[in-house]
Amino acid sequence: MNSLRPTAEAAFPAKAFSGLPLDSVTLDAVRAGEVTTDDLRIHPETLEHQAHVAEEHANPQLAANFRRAAELTALDDADVMRIYEALRPRRSTFEELQETADWLSARGAVINAGLVREAASVYQRRGLCR
Amino acid sequence: MVDRRVGRIRDLDAQRVNLDGFAVENVELGLVALRSPYDPEPSLRLVDGRVVELDGVAEADFDTIDAFIAAHGLDLAVAEEAMALPDVEIARRMVDFAVPRSAVVRLVDGCTPAKLARVLALLRPAELTMAMTKLRARRTPSNQGHVTNRADDPLLLAADAATAAAYGFRELETTVPVLADAPSNAVAVSVGAAVGAAGVLVQCSVEEALELELGLRGFVSYAETVSLYGTEGVFTDGDDTPWSKAFLTSAYASRGIKMRVSSGAGAEVLMGGAERRSMLYLESRCVALARAIGAQGVQNGGIDGASVAASVPAGVRELMAENVLVMARNLEACTGNDALMSESDVRRTSRTLPILLAGSDFVCSGFGTIQRYDNMFGPSNWNAEDLDDWLVLQRDWGVDGGLTTAPPESLEALRRRAAEAVQAVYRWFGLADLSDEAVDAAVDAVGSKDLEGSGSADALTILNAARTIRESGLSMVDVVTALAESGFEEEAERVLAMLKARVVGDYLQTAAIFTPDMDVLSLVTDPNDYAGPGTGYEPSPSRQTEIDSIRQARSVEDLRAEQASWASDALSVVAPAMAGSDPREVVVGVSPATGREIWRTLSGLPVVDVLREILAGIEEEGCLGRVVRINDTLDLGMIGLSAARLAGSGVSVGLQAKGTALIHRRDLPPLANLELYSVAPVLERGHYRLLGVNAARHARGATPEPAKNPYTDEAIEARYHTAVVSLIAVERGCCAPVGPDELKVADEFVATDC
Repeated sequence: MNSLRPTAEAAFPAKAFSGLPLDSVTLDAVRAGEVTTDDLRIHPETLEHQAHVAEEHANPQLAANFRRAAELTALDDADVMRIYEALRPRRSTFEELQETADWLSARGAVINAGLVREAASVYQRRGLCR
Repeated sequence: MVDRRVGRIRDLDAQRVNLDGFAVENVELGLVALRSPYDPEPSLRLVDGRVVELDGVAEADFDTIDAFIAAHGLDLAVAEEAMALPDVEIARRMVDFAVPRSAVVRLVDGCTPAKLARVLALLRPAELTMAMTKLRARRTPSNQGHVTNRADDPLLLAADAATAAAYGFRELETTVPVLADAPSNAVAVSVGAAVGAAGVLVQCSVEEALELELGLRGFVSYAETVSLYGTEGVFTDGDDTPWSKAFLTSAYASRGIKMRVSSGAGAEVLMGGAERRSMLYLESRCVALARAIGAQGVQNGGIDGASVAASVPAGVRELMAENVLVMARNLEACTGNDALMSESDVRRTSRTLPILLAGSDFVCSGFGTIQRYDNMFGPSNWNAEDLDDWLVLQRDWGVDGGLTTAPPESLEALRRRAAEAVQAVYRWFGLADLSDEAVDAAVDAVGSKDLEGSGSADALTILNAARTIRESGLSMVDVVTALAESGFEEEAERVLAMLKARVVGDYLQTAAIFTPDMDVLSLVTDPNDYAGPGTGYEPSPSRQTEIDSIRQARSVEDLRAEQASWASDALSVVAPAMAGSDPREVVVGVSPATGREIWRTLSGLPVVDVLREILAGIEEEGCLGRVVRINDTLDLGMIGLSAARLAGSGVSVGLQAKGTALIHRRDLPPLANLELYSVAPVLERGHYRLLGVNAARHARGATPEPAKNPYTDEAIEARYHTAVVSLIAVERGCCAPVGPDELKVADEFVATDC
């Protein structure tokens, strides 16, 4: 069944967000309490690799999603949830959305910041700001 | 009011199809399937590489959906070429298997929503089937099922999830009647699924934010209920915008979780916001948006609005066209067939069959693997009670609908292990102390109604367990530990493997599922390569064997063994049979396998008892009966005629071991006869007695009162046909070019005594 393995497997040995090689995440390690949440999270480089694969398979939008996602790996769950909430209709003022974009930029999430800025301008035009 | 309609109409009114609602097309309400006069003319105008007009709307007037599609959804390098092509030309390329899938996908990337909707409206049903065969993303079809119950009972959820996994569902979707129970349901279904098979993806469909939280904690491995709508008003009422959905999509990917969006006809109509557009056009906007936000796939085909779409002309065709829209946009298709769109079995089948035949990434986006009443999404078009039908449909057509016969003999152990695994995990964390009696009840239950009074957990216990899971910071890694420490090591490995899959990320790609060996099948690793007959997906020989081997199938050998279990020595050969001369003599001729390999008739009577009844009937009329076995033919007419030639009276009864019988006379042609019982499955003792009586009357020259052939619907049911074929094969195996044997029928008293 090796032919079913994507190019990722050989060229891209998986490592966790923590940097730990995936092979080190074993049942014994879990039982010993040695496996942290970050050992089971995807690494931004892996998402960049998946973006590349998506582009090769005629889906640049999926690739763009993976690149936004790569930026979001650096954020806490709570921050991710907070930004999602801020983007829902009439949750934020135009200024709050700009601040959210700046906050994202400051953390290197520039693609996401651009998405939020784009949202702010359309929300303002369509009456979806708070 | 007196019903003055004639009986034929009264009868039709009572049929199940008339439990369905049928709507007159109404454009004002959006009750129109393929094309509304208010659908916009397709258009696309670019200035300096920017979209300044989309489907008749100028940039300044773009609503949020237009704006997002214009900014992210179209390949502008292809747009000019694609938009200039006539609709019918694109439609033809979708159907023509000589045009590669990739060429269609490239063109469609440049099509606006209005353009693509017009193209799809041109495809007739058979063409949609062809387009789907060619355009679906993944080569290997699969299926998704619902696992829920009214009580949110974790033991039953686990047992049912294991069952669904054993039936071959590669994705399981749960939800809750009580929102706060969601964490408990997610854990129970994930653990149960891991017991049933490795590599089963699990989701818990709840409100967007909670669903994301469950994903982040590792309790589920994919998300689907990320709803898109085709008009801005309805989209906003759904409490999202294209940007919040795009962000949500990335949020899932950032945690390595597979995600797809949901849309489908009827949603905008149900929410009163269809803006007079056709369902297909609105759905085309949803699918364009799905692609634009970077979702890898779409669940559509009506979904909750399926019955709305199905109520209008060509509505079912529209549902399938929606699915092809998704495939043409190069996305994973989870092709509906879930929400119940009809009470009519014929309509339910009709809605699904073309998709089953074409194959889909997920044929159903929610086969109700549980009882209809336990489905908390609402009843599915296909439910647990239909599992055998589905398996038989796959077998009938020789296609892979994603399901496999779960061996009945192993299901109990599987259900028990799943329930015990959840019992152990809940005890490990002190979430709930679920009793052994409750485990027993869940293992045996058909559905949650069977749990009442069984000692299963009450609503408060489940709610407390769910709250503890949510508030204690428990994660799926902890569940892995609990499983491993409680003796469920294999299951712990399977759950851990699903968590590790998030790190690898291969299952984020379009249409990804896992094989039970944890290989990823997706657009990338298993691309659909259909290019006409002899290409594309065919089940492997071993998969074909699975499809063909339904549990009800019986071979000649099975039937022979079953007959052998009823063998008796009540019928014995005494000598070669000779012709008699007594004018009162009636001969009963039996077929070659009678009392040698066949012991029971199709109606379940021992053949010896049948012979006794016939002999008793003959004797009742003052005649003499004897029994011979005709060895050289299995044709009933010839058996009767041969027996008649041995009879002093020239009259005989012919009997095949399966129970078919006739009265014959030696001067008649073989295929003519005096009386015939052709419907063996419903013949009873009394019928055979009467046959004996009538044969004797023919022999005496008296007037018989012909027996009415008993005839019921049941007699011609398909279930007898395979048995008949097998019984005849057995008869043929006993045929030999030798003369008839004189048989002795043991005394009834002796026979019943032993």
